[in-house]
Amino acid sequence: MNGESNISGQASDENVSRSRGSVSSSVVHDSAFKHASGQAIYVDDIPMPEGCLHIFVVISTCAHAKIGAVDFCAAWESEGVVAVISGDDIPGVNDIGPIISDEPLFAIGAAGGIVECEGQALFAVAALSLDAARAAAAKVKIDYEDLPALLTIEDAMGAKSWLETPYKMTRGDVGAAMRASPHKIGGQIYIGGQEHFYLEGQAALVVPGEDGDVTVYCSSQHPTEIQHKVAGVLGVSFNAVTVEVRRMGGGFGGKETNGNLPAAVAALVAKLTGQAAKVRYDRDEDMIMTGKRHDFRIGYHVGFDDDGRIHSIIMDQAARCGWSQDLSLAICDRAMFHADNCYYLANVEINSYRCKTNTVSNTAFRGFGGPQGMVAIERVIDEIAFKLGKDPLEVRRINFYAAEKDTVSDRNVTPYHMKVEDCVIGEIVDELVVSSDYQARRTEIAEWNAGQPLLKRGIALTPVKFGISFTKTHLNQAAALVHVYSDGSVHLNHGGTEMGQGLFIKVAQIVAEAFQININRIKITPTNTGKAPNTSATAASSGTDLNGMAALDACTKIKKRLVDFASSKWCIARDKVEFRPGGVRIGDNELTFNELIAEAYLARVSLSATGFYATPKIEWDRATGIGRPFFYFAYGAAVSEVVIDPLTGEHRLLRVDILHDVGKSLNPAIDLGQVEGGFVQGAGWLTSEELVWDEAGRLKTHAPSTYKIPTASDRAPDMKIAIWKRGANREETIYRSKAVGEPPLMLGISVLMALSDAAASATGRVCYPSLDAPATPERMLQVITGGWG
Amino acid sequence: MHDTISFYLNGELKTLRGVAPTQTLLRYLREDEKLCGTKEGCAEGDCGACTVNVSALSADGTVKREAINACIRFMPSLEGASITTVEGLAHDIDTPHRVHQAMMDSDASQCGFCTPGFVMSLYTAYRNRTMLPLAAANDVLAGNLCRCTGYGPILHAAEKIGCVAKAVDQGEDDRVELEQLRSLDHQELVEIKHGAARAFLPATSDQLAKVYAAHPGATLISGATDVGLWVTKARRNLPKVIFLNRVRDLTSIKRSEHELIIGACVTYSGAIGILAQAYPDLGELVRRIGAVQVRNAGTIGGNIANGSPIGDMPPALIALDAKLVLRHGMQRRTVSLEDFFLAYGRQDRKPGEFIEAVHVPLSAAANELKCYKISKRFDQDISALCGCFNIKMSNDRVIAARIAFGGMAATPKRALSVEAALIGKRWDRPTVELAMQEFTKDFTPISDMRASADYRLRVAQNLLLKCFIEMETPLTQTRLVGHGNTFL
Repeated sequence: MNGESNISGQASDENVSRSRGSVSSSVVHDSAFKHASGQAIYVDDIPMPEGCLHIFVVISTCAHAKIGAVDFCAAWESEGVVAVISGDDIPGVNDIGPIISDEPLFAIGAAGGIVECEGQALFAVAALSLDAARAAAAKVKIDYEDLPALLTIEDAMGAKSWLETPYKMTRGDVGAAMRASPHKIGGQIYIGGQEHFYLEGQAALVVPGEDGDVTVYCSSQHPTEIQHKVAGVLGVSFNAVTVEVRRMGGGFGGKETNGNLPAAVAALVAKLTGQAAKVRYDRDEDMIMTGKRHDFRIGYHVGFDDDGRIHSIIMDQAARCGWSQDLSLAICDRAMFHADNCYYLANVEINSYRCKTNTVSNTAFRGFGGPQGMVAIERVIDEIAFKLGKDPLEVRRINFYAAEKDTVSDRNVTPYHMKVEDCVIGEIVDELVVSSDYQARRTEIAEWNAGQPLLKRGIALTPVKFGISFTKTHLNQAAALVHVYSDGSVHLNHGGTEMGQGLFIKVAQIVAEAFQININRIKITPTNTGKAPNTSATAASSGTDLNGMAALDACTKIKKRLVDFASSKWCIARDKVEFRPGGVRIGDNELTFNELIAEAYLARVSLSATGFYATPKIEWDRATGIGRPFFYFAYGAAVSEVVIDPLTGEHRLLRVDILHDVGKSLNPAIDLGQVEGGFVQGAGWLTSEELVWDEAGRLKTHAPSTYKIPTASDRAPDMKIAIWKRGANREETIYRSKAVGEPPLMLGISVLMALSDAAASATGRVCYPSLDAPATPERMLQVITGGWG
Repeated sequence: MHDTISFYLNGELKTLRGVAPTQTLLRYLREDEKLCGTKEGCAEGDCGACTVNVSALSADGTVKREAINACIRFMPSLEGASITTVEGLAHDIDTPHRVHQAMMDSDASQCGFCTPGFVMSLYTAYRNRTMLPLAAANDVLAGNLCRCTGYGPILHAAEKIGCVAKAVDQGEDDRVELEQLRSLDHQELVEIKHGAARAFLPATSDQLAKVYAAHPGATLISGATDVGLWVTKARRNLPKVIFLNRVRDLTSIKRSEHELIIGACVTYSGAIGILAQAYPDLGELVRRIGAVQVRNAGTIGGNIANGSPIGDMPPALIALDAKLVLRHGMQRRTVSLEDFFLAYGRQDRKPGEFIEAVHVPLSAAANELKCYKISKRFDQDISALCGCFNIKMSNDRVIAARIAFGGMAATPKRALSVEAALIGKRWDRPTVELAMQEFTKDFTPISDMRASADYRLRVAQNLLLKCFIEMETPLTQTRLVGHGNTFL
């Protein structure tokens, strides 16, 4: 066990107690004790109101079918049943689609309807117990008349079944540059999807109030969207719905839109019965019903020179979006935005096909399409290096965007015509090559492999550049609400949600820093649409960037009032009022924060403020494919080393070295946690996590017994993770920090590339091992043996 | 007659009458006791979010403290036990338990949903004074999934906990626990009525034989690591059940010169030590069955009786030519394990008949038995296939071979054609390569979510080659995990 990977590695050396909690200190997660002692409350733990109904949502067992008339009587007559609801019982609109209205809440009414995927909600039964609801639901006979189903990317591409016209980004003269390139290769990689496997499944509890209003307690990254969709289904205005989220037991994008359904169903039951109502999916239901990371098939043609420098590249990205749009268009856009990763592509064409299939509607997942785009270019680089007999690292370096410091080079424009002004990947990689002892290990591994009759090791270094901002520009806004009570204690609220990533503690640190008070004076409160309205999803790694700034804005307003008050009361210049640790210096007077607040209250100063933030500089014109969609980029790099058994295709991850840029860290302990967790999740995606559907489009891997996320022993025994010490955001972000939620996931790509390296050694480097993802033992054995069947 | 169950819950005595035979401990905790710290993550014993500590008296009168999955543990089986949930540790942030403190100090929680389960796995290790260097910690935590942290901080916490566990005097806690368990101990048959449903809890094998003969239609439940899922996943109703976990006289392991006699109710955890000693590869195979929580509950007898085509242990036991003792009333008979599996879902077990013991021959040399389990993940996964080889040589010739596979057919099954192609031949690469071709005669595997038929067949063949390499050049590195692997 290497202590460096934990708090000791980069934690602040300051001798501050962990509870004081100003920015840049490693304050422990605000709920750490509640987590460990079982006192943290998740939706299913909320004590249920008297008479609370339990809801079972009945789902389609067919991928595409016409359902005939349905008789719900048997369910109505079943013991304990209070309501049976279908598409016929919706007072508002039968839709929960997040972007466009293409996702009915219930696929059928009494007259039947059409289902477009396995797991689509048909109707729901509310009863006194979940067992009773389930038993009643089983009594309803559903007649499916199968319709032809498009299940795979190949099916959809063949049928040109797309959610929108294929979208293209292009720069330079691809054709001419390709023709002029000394070397050309073409290939294709299939990249599997990924189940979120948040430990807490989807859940919502809805309590009816006066005037038909409802309060929704749910596990969602996007309370405002829940509010909107619930209001839509109920046919009420947004102000009749209040949504509260204290915390999620993991989100990872899976709770950005997929919470709409349970919340809307529970709200509907609450509205129709006047009783509180709860939905909680069990694990199998959750995995069958909810969207996942999109699987992609990416084809490529690349022209390059003897040094491995890419002159021209065409990439065709086809993504399986599922039966409805959900967030797929933006996800596919982000895959295109990350088709370059850290590499300057002088002449480039990226085509994107958004395949509509009769499978679950795929959704946001940490990285939001970026990881898939990035895997493909890393594959291309790997294959170029193989072709030229070079170390892939050499090819990576030669293609890097010009460094931030390089003012001469023009190799700094992305395929979407944005200038990369903050490229630090070269510096990070240089440091990591040294700290990981990359070169010597590469030599040692080659020697070891030569001497081994069976096992082979492999190593790879891959970089990450990840664009920060929602690419839908209007989403880059946030609101906060800060109250200072007359005893000096602070109530903090903002639009961001806590899913374990440490957003709440980071924002609290920002408030503690602003007021120079101990963090335990700040009450972190649940996200609530009644307090911070019109919020964006906590997504795109933006939580702290946006909500931290909004909270700081609120604090700044209150501080300004306090300064005005103190300056007038003590007749002193405003700049002589200073918030310091332990108190407020007002000229020669020093008051505690509490004393100042008490005085200000008596003087009738407003001690509450809302804060707001909108990210500057960004603009994006999707029609022309030109703009600056990102405020800045976050960077990182990882070296992974693996060993494989070429007789079985099994592998093990042996060592990982990571250097990651979080700008100036707000909380090194939290950031390291994001880096490590992201890496392991990314490595899992590309290795053991395999989603399998049968030929009828039914998911066969819908529980942890069949879907394998990494467990403790899958983590490399030797893992060295460091935050890049020289990191500082050149843009004016909150305390010059950088977003950290998603970027580290893509460090996991180094594992796939290390496996590719090991596979090449196992086959004597004769032909390139085109290893698809996830690199299960079966896929590995296939590339080593040249396939079968 | 006893018609109640009694147990301690976080130190408090509970007595329940008429408990539903298949009510899970998790639902009892969350719904009846409102102890919501124990979470449901999967309801199939695969994620560990519901981990609690269950202590019980062993046959030798000592306390056995184990982490188990509450989601697939049925209430009646807790008769006489002491349960500690996360709420039993500490409630006040100013006086956290040492396990809490280590977790907090290591930043070991993010979303926190899995955390109580990890805490209880670590708490159990703490109470057992288990040192937790990396490999041990990986094993202790293999049954707990975390999706946020990447595990490093939790492993860091584990290491700290292992160190303090030995240093802290837990004597008083031990004494109280032992006293409580003794106060509940008795040898009477318990019979629980819940509506028309019945649950029997015999305390001896004679009671079991009698009650099962009288109720041959009852479902026998040992660790419930499989039957639990019939209820939580298949939502089957089991009107009549017999719990085996109190039958202490079936929990012993006897060793003679020629064989191990393992009582049917010995858990994997109970057997792993002696099996690893006899056959290191068998120990490693058992280490990779489920994870700690599953191995603490699942039994050798249950594993065989449920007749899974994959089988976990049966391929190895068939390769060793293990025998079963089956009992009906006072009648006993012995069958060889390979003959016990008749067809998919069908075993040679008559109504009212149960497995009493497994006889495992010690005729093979320790390293003669080679076992290979292939799965997508090393820990807590089910085999895509499992190959076990027991090949005997004399003067470079194969004189005997028992090769058995799980996951390749409807039952765990011998590769008789492969064996025939080896026996009497010189043990060299050409022989092995010819024998590899014979696998197609022995097996026509299926494709499923774990692997394709082609992969299964190809790997089965390769495993024979791997076995050959290991036997011919024992110094070659061939193992990625477990004993014999030279990586960290």
